[in-house]
Amino acid sequence: MAGLTYTAVDSTALATTELFGKALVDAAKAHDDVVALTADLAKSTKMVEFKDAFPDRFFNVGIAEQNLFGVAAGMAKAGLTPYISSFSQFACLRAGDQLHSDICYQKANVKIIATHSGTSFGQAGSTHHAIADFAVTRGLPNLTVICPADGVETYNAVLAAYGIKGPVYIRINRGFDMVLNKTSDYGFEIGKAVTVHEGSDITVIATGSCVYQALQAAQFLDNTDGIKVRVLNMHTIKPIDREAVIKAIGDTRRIITAEDHNIIGGLGSAVADVIAENGQACAFKKLGIPDMFMAVGLHEDLMAGIGIDSNGIIAAVREVMGKDFEADENWDDEV
Amino acid sequence: MPLTKQEWLGLEKKAHELRKATLDTTFWAGSGHIGGGMSVLDMLVILYYKYMKIKKDEPLWEDRDRLILSKGHAGIAYAPLLVDLGFNDADQLKTFNHTSSKMGMHLDSNKVVGVDASTGSLGHGLSIAVGTALAAKIKGKGYKTFAILGDGECDEGSNWEAAMTAAHYKADNMISFVDRNRCMIDGKTEEVMALEPLADKWKAFGFIVKEVDGHNFKELAEAIDFAYENKGAPVMIIANTVKGEGIDFMEGNYLWHYGAIDEAKYEDAKKSLDRHYQKRVARVE
Repeated sequence: MAGLTYTAVDSTALATTELFGKALVDAAKAHDDVVALTADLAKSTKMVEFKDAFPDRFFNVGIAEQNLFGVAAGMAKAGLTPYISSFSQFACLRAGDQLHSDICYQKANVKIIATHSGTSFGQAGSTHHAIADFAVTRGLPNLTVICPADGVETYNAVLAAYGIKGPVYIRINRGFDMVLNKTSDYGFEIGKAVTVHEGSDITVIATGSCVYQALQAAQFLDNTDGIKVRVLNMHTIKPIDREAVIKAIGDTRRIITAEDHNIIGGLGSAVADVIAENGQACAFKKLGIPDMFMAVGLHEDLMAGIGIDSNGIIAAVREVMGKDFEADENWDDEV
Repeated sequence: MPLTKQEWLGLEKKAHELRKATLDTTFWAGSGHIGGGMSVLDMLVILYYKYMKIKKDEPLWEDRDRLILSKGHAGIAYAPLLVDLGFNDADQLKTFNHTSSKMGMHLDSNKVVGVDASTGSLGHGLSIAVGTALAAKIKGKGYKTFAILGDGECDEGSNWEAAMTAAHYKADNMISFVDRNRCMIDGKTEEVMALEPLADKWKAFGFIVKEVDGHNFKELAEAIDFAYENKGAPVMIIANTVKGEGIDFMEGNYLWHYGAIDEAKYEDAKKSLDRHYQKRVARVE
């Protein structure tokens, strides 16, 4: 949005959902076709600021996610641009059929803000952990899937989504994210990974809250082990930035993915598709939720428990770097 | 807009032509949802040929009235009407359900001109209709949104979510119908999953309810006229209908939710439709 730049100072004072709320207001100021709808989660998903600014363009349908998605589809078909918010778990599964048929199939221009994603609402337990939403949304044609790394990137994604004529799913966390981007002016582009740390030995491709953790790990490993870790912020899960993955294969021949999602069907699977189809040998490891329902707990504790925090990523990098690929006669480690 | 005798006769003629076209389409397809197609057809006819503001040369006209056929499986009756309006090529009906046809049993709004929403998964249409109706209010547009639900479809809980929203936001620019043919795939609605008292349910959810004979254009017109004058709440017209209306060996039989038509059945059905037309015309006042 021209003239508006959010900085780390703003973002440290604001939860990620609050930056979504501000972006939504800015989008609505710029475009009078923007409307907002939620299902009794205006406070939790921080749509309140929009509600106060544009009461005639705000709709709360009550605790009725299926209806939320259908109503939004109808509004989009009548020429409006609805932004709708719910918790990720309900957005992808409770309203999954409406997401599929009313929104994706009909290319309805609806922007879905799926909050409390992954295990970020850890204490709420598995009914509120969205561990399969990448798997669901990746399988839906016409849908763009974005997982911002922090509040500032959320701000960028919410505004950039307006520029896509079709459905967009933006997955964000509950609460505060560690600050990755000190300013919103870093060239965010849907579908293009951001290199947040350059490296030539191994690439960690991360998304959402794992990007900050991967950056911490890369800086640590540089200092302690001398391992040069490239970190890619893969904020767009679909369409995946194939070029960035293929370049990482060629440059580093070792890739680790990290995501707050089931290791089945998410970022790791998307990257694995690219690696397999590319045909060049590449050591590969997926970090994520190991196909299980997670314990109740603080987000950071849960991330540490499954090794998608900086310590877990450091351990995984050392493991993959320590593998003796020379023993495999088909392995060509020349890069 | 009371129905004149001449208009009524005109609607009967159109309905008869479209019943025959629906039968033809089912025959060309080999099979189809002909039972529910015949029960909903008179609602489609009166809406498109008496009430709805549309532009035949501009199907996506911004100010057009919208129709959301929530019981999307009735596409086999809707498609001939959309051909008759000139929105789609008549030859497409001969390819209905065939591989790579633009017309499948649940019509795709991105492929079939004139379809306002792609339906098929039941319980979705009323929410979409609420969305287009509320959009008209936001944008200051005067268009109406019509929604047609199947009665068996009313089992889906999402309809009642949509109903609450329609009433809460006073979607009085939306006129809805239930095609009450009392049949669903596995049997009679009251035996599979009882819906009655259906009118009371809609009333309890904030709708103004009218019950009519869904095959009587005069009664349908009176209910729609009432809905046009109504302010402050959405209207639900429960249209009591007959599954397979017009084809005697299908009428009221839930087994004709979906069925195959061979040459012998096709010929019998054509004769039945002609007799049905004569009976219908005889009661026009």
